[in-house]
Amino acid sequence: MEEQDKILHEVTSQEYKFGFVSDYEMDTIPKGLSEDVIRMISAKKNEPEFMLEFRLEAYRKWLKMPMPDWAYLKIPPIDFQDIIYYAAPKKKPQYESLDEVDPELIETFNKLGIPLEEQKVLAGVAVDAVIDSVSVKTTFKETLAEKGIIFCAFSEAVQEHPDLVKKYLGSAVPTSDNFFAALNSAVFSDGSFCYIPKGVRCPMELSTYFRINAAGTGQFERTLIVAEDDSYVSYLEGCTAPMRDENQLHAAIVEIIALDRAEVKYSTVQNWYPGNKEGKGGVYNFVTKRGICRGESSKISWTQVETGSAITWKYPSCILMGDNSVGEFNSVAVTNNYQQADTGTKMIHIGKNTKSTIISKGISAGKSDNSYRGLVKVLPGAVNSRNFSQCDSLLLGSTCGAHTFPYIEVGNKSSVVEHEATTSKIGEDQIFYCNQRGISTEDAIGMIVNGYAKEVLNKLPMEFAVEAQKLLQISLEGSVG
Amino acid sequence: MLTIKNLRVAVEGKEILKGINLEIKAGEVHAIMGPNGSGKSTLGNVLAGKEEYEILEGEVLYEGQDLLDLSAEDRSRMGLFLGFQYPVEIPGVPMVNFIKTSVNEHRKFKGLEPLTAGEFLKLMREKKELVHLDSQLTNRSVNEGFSGGEKKKNEIFQMAMLEPKLAILDETDSGLDIDALRVVSEGVNALKNPERSAIVITHYQRLLEYIVPDFVHVLYQGRIVKSAGKELALELEEKGYDWLKK
Repeated sequence: MEEQDKILHEVTSQEYKFGFVSDYEMDTIPKGLSEDVIRMISAKKNEPEFMLEFRLEAYRKWLKMPMPDWAYLKIPPIDFQDIIYYAAPKKKPQYESLDEVDPELIETFNKLGIPLEEQKVLAGVAVDAVIDSVSVKTTFKETLAEKGIIFCAFSEAVQEHPDLVKKYLGSAVPTSDNFFAALNSAVFSDGSFCYIPKGVRCPMELSTYFRINAAGTGQFERTLIVAEDDSYVSYLEGCTAPMRDENQLHAAIVEIIALDRAEVKYSTVQNWYPGNKEGKGGVYNFVTKRGICRGESSKISWTQVETGSAITWKYPSCILMGDNSVGEFNSVAVTNNYQQADTGTKMIHIGKNTKSTIISKGISAGKSDNSYRGLVKVLPGAVNSRNFSQCDSLLLGSTCGAHTFPYIEVGNKSSVVEHEATTSKIGEDQIFYCNQRGISTEDAIGMIVNGYAKEVLNKLPMEFAVEAQKLLQISLEGSVG
Repeated sequence: MLTIKNLRVAVEGKEILKGINLEIKAGEVHAIMGPNGSGKSTLGNVLAGKEEYEILEGEVLYEGQDLLDLSAEDRSRMGLFLGFQYPVEIPGVPMVNFIKTSVNEHRKFKGLEPLTAGEFLKLMREKKELVHLDSQLTNRSVNEGFSGGEKKKNEIFQMAMLEPKLAILDETDSGLDIDALRVVSEGVNALKNPERSAIVITHYQRLLEYIVPDFVHVLYQGRIVKSAGKELALELEEKGYDWLKK
């Protein structure tokens, strides 16, 4: 019963999850960033010395770094001293029932096919004790614990498993990696930690649990996944439900470490607020995601469905260190109205016989710009390596843009790198053909877009594939005609 | 079933249809013939609700309703079918999904439940046989990589699936060899009944040997310049269109 109460409390008080200190007055935290602010963050979180050192080192490096400007993005100036770097998130309105929630939001939930009980959690409605997700969560925790899997908040991991955190933190994304990674390393608030021990296959998608928690995602999130020899895990981040957030700037880091023969599947559905139809507002999403296939025959695959955010700057990458290791990147990125996305991947082949596959499907509508940027680098020692890249762009209308920036460097003669690219357009004739068969324009676009993105959507965990399909259609509503 | 009164239509400021009058009753088959550029396809597209056309004047009543006021998808759901002269390809969308969505949209409009997978497959098998459509084609993307003849058969297959009240066939015979022409025509004839009407747009009399019309109209420079029975088609075959241009 006690456990039940605890979980219930956790679920119903999302905005305070991960143990934010509630007696800490927001006003007393100064805006801006300094060593003092970082010391304060670390102290508030009661962190061990190595964490503070990690943060300070990152901060000192960040100070010397310029903001990157090479992406095909128009980024309005960001005042980094105008941000509060440690604050308990504001309490969201709590409703008695779904009837009180914005009907438009409910309609979107229904279109996406999100179960009623989950809708309540996502919208911030008080939930009663018998909801499915709570019991799922309980059994979930037990099953994972039995297998020795650690899956917890990052700050909890720092307290409970400092050795693991110390060993792997920053090993895929060093503090000096890039401007936003350095910023995140200095100030990250919280995130998730996942550890799969040797020989363990995680028996379930780490998704249901995460989805419920996703409602309270932070501004500077940090995720670390470590898969020991011969282990397997499938991890899902995000949520198809629309996410509104007060914070305009998001700079997250995800690090994955795969040891010998380990396999990690990481799937993302990103639907942050994209701004309004005139391009006002919306989240700036600057994410660094990288996995290291450190062990031989290990495998890391990234699958992403990106429909939200005003600006997306994101290149989930694989460093293929171990011989025979495999990296995959599957992406659907939708931009509509004034959204801008510059996204792609980096595949760095270091080990022998390493293999990577890139499938990128960009969809642009409205006045948006959608770019694929990818690097395939085969080092001299990575003999007999292979890469196949396919980058397709689909345009809706004639006021949007699609761009492809592939970079290929091959350092030996035994490796093969292939790149294919196509650009196509949904024509009025196709839409009319569908209309003439009784299919509405919205449904026709949904059908065509989903047909186009099918290859990638099929890689998502089952329950999300269906929602993601609907999400694509909803994201493009009103984009034609 | 369909009444067209003084229909005038322009595309990009140029008047294409200059006052069409036509009355089609249930069960009738009307052929519309005429030289290239006379406005035949425009008439088909306007009736089906394609957007790029500007209606200057006139009225079209379909089963007593103002047709021009309805969306293209509603016209389809109300039983108006256009067999395209050039069916477009829709990559990535399997034909079977496409026609299933289409059939179920029609059923939804009529207040019927969607077909179960079993019912749908049975119906599809039946209708594919009707037009001898290669079984594999429905697994491919809509019209993608179909030959000219397969595309046309696919149009008639869709027509058979939807069982429209008014079918407009826009040059269904073009690009067909004689065997395919016979198959397509048989498909059309199999759907004939006293409740259904058809408008057959064609260049050649050849098709009308198989699909026998009740009336033949000659469209020339945006106007119907002659209407008569099926014998007119033969006369046109013999004399060409020149004698009507004067």
